[in-house]
Amino acid sequence: MEISTTQFKRCDVVKASGRVDSSTAPELEQALNAITNAGRYKIVLDMSDITFMSSKGWWVLIDTQKTCKRYKRGELVLVNVRGEIRSSLDLVGMGSYFKIFDDVTTAVGSF
Amino acid sequence: MRTATFPGDYKSLEKISEFVVQAARQAGLNEHATYQVDLAVDEACCNIIDHAYGGEGLGEMTCSVEIHPDKLTVIIKDTGRPFDPSRVPEPKLDAPLEEVKRRGAGFYLMRKIMDELHYKHSPEEGNVLVLVKKK
Repeated sequence: MEISTTQFKRCDVVKASGRVDSSTAPELEQALNAITNAGRYKIVLDMSDITFMSSKGWWVLIDTQKTCKRYKRGELVLVNVRGEIRSSLDLVGMGSYFKIFDDVTTAVGSF
Repeated sequence: MRTATFPGDYKSLEKISEFVVQAARQAGLNEHATYQVDLAVDEACCNIIDHAYGGEGLGEMTCSVEIHPDKLTVIIKDTGRPFDPSRVPEPKLDAPLEEVKRRGAGFYLMRKIMDELHYKHSPEEGNVLVLVKKK
């Protein structure tokens, strides 16, 4: 899995690619924690190139969302989530915890 | 039937995925159904590593695939602790974000996305999980 982070004025954009399972979820967690640990809580996760995400990956997103939304200081939003990932998130009732945008520009603009 | 044995490590998950995805394609499952098999098998193997063995590197997972004209059957065996599927809690689907609990979501999802799920434990075979996806 490859992860890149770009810091913008109003938010941070994280782009990850490949498969997010128990083996790779810790890398995504580290990248997201690095941002929240620096006191930045407005995050866009570009999921265009994420092909697979297991429940280990969702928990990384849920934990980050909890951290970001605490004290209403920010939010984690998602971009371009593959249909299969989205439907599995919806099946366990987790889809409602995230705003999902079609492109990064609109997601960044939402902050 | 094809069978492969993998170490009970997270690093095995991608190889197990390749093994079952190839079988799902050969069975003629569409992309959506193939993803669901991939996901269910990943969740099952994670549960084996995390709960049956209680960590990485403590046992093996044996995965078999059977391609039938109308369905794909995946059989996963391990020699870890047995579990009682009826005691896996159902996730609360409408819980507020702050109250979301980890336990049970993977197993709940497996049952939802597969057409059949059977589990049994015997001293001879250990834990046997059978997942069936119809075409």
